[in-house]
Amino acid sequence: MTAMEQPEFSLSEVIDLDPFALDRNAKSALYVRALADLTDHHGAHSPEYRRILDVLGHRRANVRTPADIPFIPVRLFKEYDLLSVDRSEVVKTMTSSGTSGQRVSKIFLDRATAANQTKVLTKIVSAFIGKKRLPMLVIDSRAVLKDRNLFSARGAGILGFSMFGHDVTYALDENMQLDLPAIQAFIDKHRGTPALLFGFTFMIWQHFHTALKAAGVRLDLDGGVMIHGGGWKKLVDQAVDSHAFRKAIHDVSGIDRVFNYYGMVEQTGSIFMECERGHLHASIFSDVIVRDHRDFSVLPTGQSGLVQLLSLLPSSYPGHSILSEDVGTVLGEDDCGCGRPGKYFALHGRVQSAEVRGCSDAYAAG
Amino acid sequence: MPMLPVDPSLHYLVAPPGGEIVVRPRVPYADVACDFLHELSALLLAAPEARAFPDIVSFAYWCRKANIARLKETHGDGEVRLGLGLAFHIAPSNVPVNFAFSFAFGLLSGNANVVRVPSRSFAQTEIVCAALRELCARPAFAAIGAATAFVRYAQNDAITGAFSAMCNGRIIWGGDQAIQNIRKLPIPERGIEVAFADRYSFCAIDARALVDASDAQLAQLARGFYNDVYLMDQAACSSPHLVVWLGEGPVLDAARTRFWTAVHRETADRFALQPVNAVDKYTLLCRSAIDNGNVTTLTRHDNYLYRLSLDSLPTDMDTFRGQYGLIYEFDTDHLANVAHIVSTKYQTLTYFGLDRATCIDFVVGNGLSGVDRIVPIGAALDIGVIWDGYDIVRSLSRIIDFK
Repeated sequence: MTAMEQPEFSLSEVIDLDPFALDRNAKSALYVRALADLTDHHGAHSPEYRRILDVLGHRRANVRTPADIPFIPVRLFKEYDLLSVDRSEVVKTMTSSGTSGQRVSKIFLDRATAANQTKVLTKIVSAFIGKKRLPMLVIDSRAVLKDRNLFSARGAGILGFSMFGHDVTYALDENMQLDLPAIQAFIDKHRGTPALLFGFTFMIWQHFHTALKAAGVRLDLDGGVMIHGGGWKKLVDQAVDSHAFRKAIHDVSGIDRVFNYYGMVEQTGSIFMECERGHLHASIFSDVIVRDHRDFSVLPTGQSGLVQLLSLLPSSYPGHSILSEDVGTVLGEDDCGCGRPGKYFALHGRVQSAEVRGCSDAYAAG
Repeated sequence: MPMLPVDPSLHYLVAPPGGEIVVRPRVPYADVACDFLHELSALLLAAPEARAFPDIVSFAYWCRKANIARLKETHGDGEVRLGLGLAFHIAPSNVPVNFAFSFAFGLLSGNANVVRVPSRSFAQTEIVCAALRELCARPAFAAIGAATAFVRYAQNDAITGAFSAMCNGRIIWGGDQAIQNIRKLPIPERGIEVAFADRYSFCAIDARALVDASDAQLAQLARGFYNDVYLMDQAACSSPHLVVWLGEGPVLDAARTRFWTAVHRETADRFALQPVNAVDKYTLLCRSAIDNGNVTTLTRHDNYLYRLSLDSLPTDMDTFRGQYGLIYEFDTDHLANVAHIVSTKYQTLTYFGLDRATCIDFVVGNGLSGVDRIVPIGAALDIGVIWDGYDIVRSLSRIIDFK
């Protein structure tokens, strides 16, 4: 290393910054170096990732902007065990929650990556709801946590967000039915203190909002705050968008601070939170690039395309730059009305699956 | 005469009067069968809704009088032949007009036909079946109408089993798994089965010939290669996955650049690449990098064309297939250097700049167990009575031997 070169990137350089401290230029300078370092790191430690870099012809010397960092498709984590540490150093294996029969992503965490995920998640969420721990109502069933060995995305999400609460109470019973006595006891106990509600978007809609409406119950959670994530896929069919969701939640519970977040198990921790203006925001720990599917060129602000996700966190698996299967649009950078610097964006759902052609599935698809 | 099964899950798009199928074999290429196809061709080409589908148009062209007459001419060899009786066709679920070709082969070989059309709804199925209904109702074709049924049903072993039990010949267009599953359902002892399994196809190009080709030839070649690869998303059995370049040095480099530049232009003009295709293709590329140690470098022409260079050919090359225009490339000075990868899986060799002797010697001289179609670039998808190494008309008919 020459005197001019900077030391290898470490998350500790930025972990104490405000999660929205960097503007476009500062962030870009950080990301070129940090992501190139992470690419080198994973290339040196994951043989599969190395092969991809070699075939793509990746050379660090050609990296001039963060967009020059190679990306791998998110589906690869379903098909291969990709890790950049020795298996003996893996302390947690996270999996995506797939329906039975579907392949799930496997994400291997060592102690450092797991700890960084927790720290970063705390910093980002605190920037929206404050540092004070609130009494917490989880809109899910305790049953989700039963298998502690294999962390499903749902279980990991609940545990991750439980850091922000105390007296964590589950609103649903083992059969995913509303546990009204438990909820009422929770409300009575914490009257006067704002509560934190957490859950997955669809679960909240189906098992909380719809169930309350059916039962004709309006809860007194006025002043509370709700965080929800996991995707809109199932709600798009019911034509429920973020705005309708917020209103519906307010109607059954009095809650008027509702934050959606976007994140995936492949980049746990560095989530994107929806601001008061209804825009998803990239913190200093992650970023989005929207690409044209025809050539993967970077699309300008306002144009919709494939979403690439960047994160500074993954060091035990090569997940720092991935091509998602989501379609989205960057709405702007450093100029959101909420005042937070960084890119803000909107998602439009998954890429539509196409019909399969070919002559080899008379029986399977017949 | 056998009654066709009736069941709420069965939908007959074309059915013989009274639900009774008349099995009365004819000689191959009987006049009435040839006339029927000719009329079908005329009907389809006259219908605006049919003309909107290029695959229907190519089927209609295939059915026209001159083409069938040519086939009849090359077929005759003095043998007396007769159709087997009843042919049961199981068409692939995702190649819309394949069922129509399969029916035409069955008809030309002199059989009564029950055709299972794709359970997924295609406009092409409806259009072709409407034309067939019209023809079957004409008095001149009453005999064919009495011997023809087109049926749609969701996968159902009991129904497939019932049709199988009554047929004399079963034609399965489907993947390996489909064939194995359908084979569990017996056909009569004397029944014959023609099964079109999963195959692998490749392409060979002589670099010198490519360099010497005129611009017009090149344009035609690029269009042809596009059709072979992209029309069926590279998922047809006869679509190439590997291009073998014959040549070396600057000539090879020049040929390669010239060819792929032309192909790329063609794809950018014609291929409607969907976002999900781009993601699938990029995923396949990464998978290939990991799984195929012989891949050296990727050359990307946007997301329309990915080329992966190979430093040598692994014996399991047929497990590396492209999708939406992902091509493996290998350079050599002699086609014989490819012989070791050819297994029974190999179907079509598309070529440019190679002569008949070279191609035939490659297969025959090397005693290969695969490659049963050698056609110019652009003709990979041209289906005909000779397919997968069989003459389907002969396979579905029997010889009346007289001494």
